[in-house]
Parts: sequence; C-alpha cells; structure tokens
Amino acid sequence: MAEKSQSQVWIRKFGLKLFNWVAGLLILFLLWLLGGYLIYLNPDTTHFSDFGPIPTFQAFPLLWEDGTIPNAIKSSGYRLGIGLLIAICCGIPIGILLGRSRTFRELSNSPFQLLRMISPLSWEPIAVIVFVTWNQAIIFLIAVASVWPVAFATAAGLAKVDPAWFKVARNLGASSWHRLTQIIIPAITFDMLTGIRAALGVAWIVLVPAEFLGVTSGLGYSIADARETLSYDHLTAMVLTIGIIGYILDSSCALAIKRFSWHRGDEA
Amino acid sequence: MNNPASASGVHVNVEELSHRYTPKLPLTFEEVSFQAVPGEALTIIGRSGCGKSTLLQVIAGLMPGSIGRVSINDEHVIEPSSRWVMMFQAPHLFPWMNVRQNVGVGLRFANWPKDRIRDRVDEALELVHLEEFAGKNTQDLSGGQQQRVALARSLVMEPEMLLLDEPFSALDAFTRASLQRDVRQIAKQLGINLILVTHDIDEAILMADRALVMAGAPGRIVHDYKVDLPDPRERSDPKVQEMRAKLMKVFRDAAGAPHDGEDEGDETSEEDETMMNDSTKLEFSGREYSPA
Ligand SMILES: Nc1ncnc2c1ncn2[C@@H]1O[C@H](COP(=O)(O)OP(=O)(O)OP(=O)(O)O)[C@@H](O)[C@H]1O
Ligand SMILES: [Mg+2]
Repeated sequence: MAEKSQSQVWIRKFGLKLFNWVAGLLILFLLWLLGGYLIYLNPDTTHFSDFGPIPTFQAFPLLWEDGTIPNAIKSSGYRLGIGLLIAICCGIPIGILLGRSRTFRELSNSPFQLLRMISPLSWEPIAVIVFVTWNQAIIFLIAVASVWPVAFATAAGLAKVDPAWFKVARNLGASSWHRLTQIIIPAITFDMLTGIRAALGVAWIVLVPAEFLGVTSGLGYSIADARETLSYDHLTAMVLTIGIIGYILDSSCALAIKRFSWHRGDEA
Repeated sequence: MNNPASASGVHVNVEELSHRYTPKLPLTFEEVSFQAVPGEALTIIGRSGCGKSTLLQVIAGLMPGSIGRVSINDEHVIEPSSRWVMMFQAPHLFPWMNVRQNVGVGLRFANWPKDRIRDRVDEALELVHLEEFAGKNTQDLSGGQQQRVALARSLVMEPEMLLLDEPFSALDAFTRASLQRDVRQIAKQLGINLILVTHDIDEAILMADRALVMAGAPGRIVHDYKVDLPDPRERSDPKVQEMRAKLMKVFRDAAGAPHDGEDEGDETSEEDETMMNDSTKLEFSGREYSPA
C-alpha cells in the first residue's frame, strides 16, 4: 500500500518533470514561430522569413540527405574530439601538479591566470602561422580553450582528498600504483568530469567561430556557407543542429558525472 | 580467520624511543621504552598533546622515530606493514567503494584472487556483525557502523597487532561500549596484540591488560599499571569500578602533576577529570594533523 503510493508519487514527479521539459521547448518554439511570423509580416524583412521554424524544418531533411549535416558533424566532431583529448591529456597532469606541488602552484598561478583570460579565438592568427593546416590550427584553439577547466577542476578535486586515505592505504600495503588507481583517480573523478563538462562547453563555443575561416567542412563552415549563399533556412537549420548536439553532449556529461559521483548531495 | 592459530600476537619491544617533528621543534616524546607479549592488550593514556598519536604512528612505521628503535618479533620496524594495522579516530573509509569493497581493499592491494577476497570479507563482516550491510554505500552507515567497517578492513589482513588511536571517541556511549567489548573479544579470540591510545579511563579499564600512563612535555611513560580483571568486564562491576578509581588516582598523581606554570593541585585534578571523561573533545573533526 505504502509502496504503491510511493511509486505513484514518483510517477507524478517524473511526469511533471517531463511535462515541464516539453513545455519549455514548446515555448521556445512558439517564440521562434512568432518571431518568424513578425518578420514575415514586415515588408522590409519579408525576404528573411526563412529564419522561421517552418522553412527551417523543411530544410532539415534536405540537408541531412545531401550529406551536409552528417559531414559537418563528422568534421567538427573530429576536431572537437582531438582538441578535447589533448586538453584532457595535458589538463589532468597539470591539475595533479597544481594540486600536489606548492611550488608549481605558486609559480604557475599568475601565468596561468593570464593565459586563461586570453580569448581562445585571439590565438587564431598565430595558430594559422604556426600550424601547417587549418585543421591543426582549429584543434589547437579548442585545446587551448578547454585545457584550463580540466586542469583547475582536477586541482580542486585533489584539494578535497583526505590525506588520511593515503595513511590507511599505505598501512594496508598499497603500492604507489594502487594509490594512484584506487585512491587518487576515483577520489577526483567527480571533479575531473565536472571540469571536462565545462571544457566541452567552452570547446563547443569556440569550435563554430573557429571554423568560419580557412576550412571547407564542419558546422561553422556550413553556417558561413549558408550565409554567403543567402539560404537562411539552411542557416537556421545548422544553428539548431549546433544547439541540439551541444545539448546532447552536455547532458551525456551530466549523466556520466551522476554515474561516477560518490559525493552526496551535490549531484550535477 | 576464525581459527585462532592462523593469527597470533607478537613481541613488541620499544627501546629508548624519542621523536621530534622537525629539528627546530622540541621533542614530542622522550625515551619511551616498553615491551608487550603476544596477545597482550596495551593502552596508552595521557593528556592531550603529550605525543600519544605520534608514538602510535612511529610504532606502526607510518612515521620515523628520531632516536631509538621499535622491534616487532625482533624485526626492526622501519615502514608500515599490513601485519600491524592502525585504526584512527575517524573511520576514513573510501566513499567511492561500498562496504564490501572497503573491507577487501587491503587484499586487493595484495593481489588476492576475487573469490578468496569474497570469502575472507564475508568472515570479517560476520565478525563485526555487518553481514547484511555488505552492498551498502558507506555514507549511508552510522558512525559506529562505519567504524566497524574500518575494523573489518583491518581484520581481513589477519594482522598480528591492531593499533587504535582513540577509535571510538566520536561515537555515542552505547555504540562505544559495544565496540569496546567487541574489539577486545575479537582480539582475544584471534590472539592478536592491541595497542590502544585513549583519553578515556573507562575505556582503558574495559579493554586493556596493561595501562601505560604518559605525561609531560616531551611525553614520557611515567607509569605502567596492570589491569588485572577477568572477562567479560562490565562497567557496573564493583571490581571494575575499584580498578578505575585506582587508575584514576595513578593518572592524577602522574599525569596531573602541575607542570609549566600550572598550579593548585585541586584545580588541576578537576580539569583532569573533565578531560578524562570528555571523550568527544577533539576539535579537528576527525582529520589527522597534516603538515600544512
Ligand atoms: N605534523 C606535526 N608537525 C608538528 N608538530 C606536530 C604534528 N603533529 C602533532 N604535533 C605536535 O606534537 C605534539 C604531540 O601530538 P600528538 O598528536 O601525538 O598528541 P596526542 O597525545 O595524541 O594528543 P591528543 O590526545 O590531543 O590526540 C603536540 O604538541 C602537537 O602539537
Ligand atoms: Mg592523538
């Protein structure tokens, strides 16, 4: 009896959540529809009416079938993935150094804060000179943008590690390998993933403008291309694609954080 | 593990042990010497700050002593070993592991096969009465249950000696009493040594065969007191009460003696009494000192 009412409460709670989720998206859609309609009504802007949702959704299947969207996702995904991988591979060791070595922390504080505040895109001209291909330059920009959240979050995670855990582990016969794999890594996974999630957010934001120049593939390129050919329905379709993929990526990160978090009461 | 022959105690020999944290600091404790025979339950009592925790960590090999030596079965202790396991005031469980994984962690470090770990962990959980909590998240356990998990985590290693640093002081009186009884009983059953650091005279009387009174700055062992009582020991037993009163007196005479500027015997002993009974007084919320 009590169990049944509890599951009913759960269903109601979940249902409400789902309803709000759908309703929120619906409101966004309606605002967009209204905006598109107003643009259409105004004679000065009528030729922009392809920005509205109906032309956009008509453009979607076309863009999908002719390969524009899948190819753009592939190219952008490759750059994002490699850039993030580099950021993680550099960021985690930097974070561990920051967390473990006071000298390194004090020495690197001001240079890191300074570098961090440089807008990643301002590296673009330099990156283009330094790297042979535009692809490499874009990957570099993504890595530069996303290395900081990973490094700082890792360091913050290490700061929360209870030194007594190491004493206990040493007493129970842990080797330094065990200490790394059984204690340090699980202890900081939560913060590390939170950092990676933030890094992904930054990388995603940097990716599109970075692709406006030089390359002939990717989501950013497709937008620039659509603008030049005045196909506004394609443009909004690409914008929407960027939003949807970003949303999916971020939600997956949030799920992973929830899965690996041992912290109580601060689930993402 | 239930077979007492499989684990047995050790001869402990602490010789002229002194310690200081850094060359600039004064000695933490000085010329500490004592012996323990296999299976003996020893307690070290003394005022806050006289160096008990430090002494225990030096004996466990978690910290080097400055002068003197510790030997266990004629073997010089220079590093920690899972043959003598230390338990701290807080359980320090690994929160990303469940109860079973926490208990088995030392065996995993020793690369035991999974099925043997499982069996041994089951036995240890049974010993501390936590069988039905095996799959639980440690953060969902009470403080006493967590300390039991820490005890089981030490016991799976089949240690020859358990070193306990005020392990029950953060627990409520009932939980503390049952753990005091269980730990002594388990240690006696397995035949292993205990060295217990405590603030609590009752705990010393209920758990130990011998009480070492430590006092002064730097700390020294000023009294070696035999707690000659039959098991099981009950707090309300008049013999226990009598022994408690005697040890209290010894403690006051030794540790409560006025030092560095403190005066008036009366006030001092009153303060001692509060100190001895207030076993939850530690301010630093279960964290060990760490050189910041
Ligand atoms: N890491 C450290 N570095 C320097 N000094 C320390 C350190 N840890 C403890 N001390 C000092 O050494 C002395 C003994 O400390 P210890 O923790 O061994 O005392 P204790 O007898 O266990 O006290 P309590 O009963 O309060 O736990 C204290 O004066 C303390 O300030
Ligand atoms: Mg102490």
